[in-house]
Amino acid sequence: MIGFWSVPLLFALPLALGIVSLLAPPAWRARLGLAGLLPLLAASIAVFAHLVLDGPHTYALGNWNAPLGINLAVDGLAAGMVLLTAVVSSLCAIYAWVYLRDQPASSSFFWPLLWFLWAGMNGIWLAEDIFNLYVGLEVMGLAAVGLVALKATPQALAAAMRYLLAALLGSLAYLLGVALLYASYGTLSMAGLQEAATADVTTQVALALIILGLLLKTALFPLHAWLPPAHGGALTPVSALLSALVVKGSFYILLRIWMVLGTEVTPFATAQLLGILGAGAVFYGGWMAWRQHHLKQLVAYSTVAQIGYLFLFFPLVTGTGPEAARLAWDGTLMMLIAHALAKAALFLSAGNLILAVGSAHIGHLVGISRFRPMSLFSFGLAGVSLMGLPPSGGFTGKWLLLNSAILSGQWWWLIVLFLGGLLSAAYIFKVFRMAFREGPQVDHSVTPPLTLDVTALMLAASAILIGLTAHLPLAWLRIGSPFGAG
Amino acid sequence: MSGALVFAWSGVVLFSLGLFGFIVHRHLLRRLLAFNIMGSGAFLVLVGLAQDGRGIDPVPHAMVITGIVVAVASTALALVVFRRWYRASGRTDLPEDT
Amino acid sequence: MDWNSLILFAVLATSLVASAVIFLLAESRVTLRSTINLAAAVLKLLLVLWIIWGVYQNIEYELRFTIIDGVDFILRADALGIMFVGLSSLLWLFTTLYAIGYLEKAPNRSRFFGFFSLCVASTVGIALAGNLFTFLLFYELLTLSTYPLVVHRGTRESLRAGQIYLYYTLGGGALLLFGVVALHVLVGDTEFIPGGSLSGLDPTLYPLLIGIFLMMVIGLGVKAALFPLHAWLPMAMVAPAPVSALLHAVAVVKAGAFGIARVVYDVYGIEFAFSLGLLGPLAVAASITILYGSLRALAQDDLKKRLAFSTISQVSYIILGISLFGPIGTIGGLVHLLHQGLMKITLFFCAGNYAETLGVHKVSELDGAGQRMPATSVAFTLGAFGMIGIPPMAGFISKWYLGIGALEAGMNWVLGVLIVSSLLNAAYFLPILYRIWFRRRERPWCEGKVVGRFETPALLLIPTLATAAFALAAGLFAGMPFSPLYWAQIIVSREYLP
Repeated sequence: MIGFWSVPLLFALPLALGIVSLLAPPAWRARLGLAGLLPLLAASIAVFAHLVLDGPHTYALGNWNAPLGINLAVDGLAAGMVLLTAVVSSLCAIYAWVYLRDQPASSSFFWPLLWFLWAGMNGIWLAEDIFNLYVGLEVMGLAAVGLVALKATPQALAAAMRYLLAALLGSLAYLLGVALLYASYGTLSMAGLQEAATADVTTQVALALIILGLLLKTALFPLHAWLPPAHGGALTPVSALLSALVVKGSFYILLRIWMVLGTEVTPFATAQLLGILGAGAVFYGGWMAWRQHHLKQLVAYSTVAQIGYLFLFFPLVTGTGPEAARLAWDGTLMMLIAHALAKAALFLSAGNLILAVGSAHIGHLVGISRFRPMSLFSFGLAGVSLMGLPPSGGFTGKWLLLNSAILSGQWWWLIVLFLGGLLSAAYIFKVFRMAFREGPQVDHSVTPPLTLDVTALMLAASAILIGLTAHLPLAWLRIGSPFGAG
Repeated sequence: MSGALVFAWSGVVLFSLGLFGFIVHRHLLRRLLAFNIMGSGAFLVLVGLAQDGRGIDPVPHAMVITGIVVAVASTALALVVFRRWYRASGRTDLPEDT
Repeated sequence: MDWNSLILFAVLATSLVASAVIFLLAESRVTLRSTINLAAAVLKLLLVLWIIWGVYQNIEYELRFTIIDGVDFILRADALGIMFVGLSSLLWLFTTLYAIGYLEKAPNRSRFFGFFSLCVASTVGIALAGNLFTFLLFYELLTLSTYPLVVHRGTRESLRAGQIYLYYTLGGGALLLFGVVALHVLVGDTEFIPGGSLSGLDPTLYPLLIGIFLMMVIGLGVKAALFPLHAWLPMAMVAPAPVSALLHAVAVVKAGAFGIARVVYDVYGIEFAFSLGLLGPLAVAASITILYGSLRALAQDDLKKRLAFSTISQVSYIILGISLFGPIGTIGGLVHLLHQGLMKITLFFCAGNYAETLGVHKVSELDGAGQRMPATSVAFTLGAFGMIGIPPMAGFISKWYLGIGALEAGMNWVLGVLIVSSLLNAAYFLPILYRIWFRRRERPWCEGKVVGRFETPALLLIPTLATAAFALAAGLFAGMPFSPLYWAQIIVSREYLP
């Protein structure tokens, strides 16, 4: 019961916290924020536990039913994303609390924006209709732009502006697609669309607009240009939030809509095209990451590459057998979760290394392994997952995708996974080569506060552990999905 | 062509014009205006298509109102970021924006 | 979870926990770190002896849990696996002692010993893995945990070697992954079962099975340094001596050879592999590597490089034994897994002693070292005789069984390979022995270290003599119960008579 009533809290709480913290004096906002983490985390866990115990359900907000009311659907995927958001955001928030201590201007706006971001993301995970997805997308996107602009350097402002323009364009394309779908079918709900959908021209144009808009927002190659400056240039905890969670928001919508419409409406070639773009992202992103000299830009390009893996979902799930499709679903979600945890850890530990040497240039990391082993260790653990090496979530995800690709006879995706893994090893070990080189014998580096190292390590360790116990989360995520029990 | 479709088609035309402006112009204020024109186009499509032969439907109106709120918020945020960018760099366009 | 699965977990945990604790220790806590290291090594050895006794009495040790549906994480102690565990935990103890002495006052010791323990944990995991998935997991972990040891010195040269090492091992690991996944799609979770589990498959799948075998053997062959996948091994010799000794003589290359043994015996099954015609080409590849490694070793002046090429050649004896169809050849290959480990680690310890005490790295500078360091030189001589295969050293036993096995399998040409390679072994080891014992040093030794009572610090000398004694004993007492030969015979009897 607690779990059921916690569902509306997932927006009400962050929205209320956001407004209250805007009204509160800046000095109180951080403390208020820390106090707010706990109930929100508890509500997320309650919702997840309720799903695991009692199965999927829908919730009509304020007892108003659709179409004018807002229906929320809690299934395994939605609840899983809620929990993932809660874990990653809480750890990033704790990190930010320490990281921003001596930057009161940034800190005072970080908290309200974080709450709005959180509300927007929870809105996306739980929305049952395609218009509320749009609203969630906008709330999340605007808050994310605000967070990028927190670092008031000209580069960060330019990055925020570029990000905003891309986001606006993307959401308008999405909105136009929604308008066309509503005109054709007179319904916005996912379930309604799934029943009614036919493969006519309007639907295909609408779907094309929706896909295009979401690709832009997910920064899939070649629409990725806005991502590296925004993610690499933001404050460290913001970078972590954006790369770990925000890009997943638009991908999540795409995945949902594909499961409802895509397999019926789109031609086979669309799925292959999405996969090919994903492959392009894996190669281009990996290559560019390897070429960077700025540590956070390297990590940001790694996000471009990792997003590519997620798009292998579409060719593997469309027109393939049920077993291959299930493996693709499991594998993609494993990749998504592992990337969220690992990339947050990677950004946070990169931030720690930058704090330690006082420079973001990779060449200045020489010899750091002797003095800051813990930051480097988190970086390495997260790197293991990103490279897809065992034992880690990234490896388990890759294993499932490989299985799916072989089972569906699409061997060409194997090459993508093969070369992508080697490329990511190249850019991760580029950092390690510097760190292991013998440098100055005396420790000139600054010691970051322990909290910063611990949060990064916790995220990295969970990216590893989730790979070893993957069958449990994957079983939960399948609840209420087309692939599973429940 | 029914009256409703006229609205829808003008929406499409507005959207396309806006998109053209968004891509062609470098000045950020102009791009912002173009974005607003695109938004209005999308709203027209939403309202115009939905009226086509189904009587009065409140849902598109609710959607458009929500959409307008979102567009206002986006524009406000864009203006804030633009102003800070202008103060920091003295430019009205984005660098290496070719 | 019962005691028998807990004890497997404990064997793995001794080094994992030691590794985690050591990482967190401050650089200056030398005594505490050494104590933890040695305690963990001794504890692990005791646990392993316990399990060996249990396996001897046919007690089942198994630990399993589900990772994803249809894929389990399995640790299981069988006769073959526990042999490899026994070897690595015995040598871990000695190498830890040696490394404590060797790295006295060197920087970054917490990092070194942390990763060192992690390596041992991965090796133990490889040995105890009960299916291909678990094997793969630890196989890649071994790659990751050895990299920091290869680049430990942080010089440009060692970083370069580390990079080459990664190219080879990550590429090989990816190939192995493909093979494993493909096999998984075909037959589901591939547990290691004596006699294999594939022989019942539809004959139309045979070409695919051959392709998968090829991918897996290439993936494993990288670590086993099969020609032409061997280039990383001589380069990796820039690592500190204990790393070369344990990892490159024992853990990493053996992991590759052991993996090939697993694939041939317990996945495909030796009879099925033979009927697919896979063993002949494997024997040829091994023979080429044996001759190539020996020929290259002849030309090396750097002592560690010569030993590295010798390793390339010697590890392929194991693979040769695996690919000889018949119980005697198998005994020869498996027993060499132990013998080569004992002999080669002795040789590397000796090379480290010469380098640390006398500052000598080259063969040509070893003149008269026997007079200055008699104990080390005796150990070196024993190891070298073993490598050449002079009775009663352990290496003789291996070669004897390999030769008989080859004749039994009807592959007479292998005998020729064995004879030529023994001659080559003699050709690159005997000149070293000649220089050590029969030439005189012209100039005084430039001695770097304060050595104490013995010819070299006790922590360096004792492990060297101990492993040399083990290598000698393995040959002298080959007929006794629980000798390596005896154990290899047990494995073979279980493998061929399932």
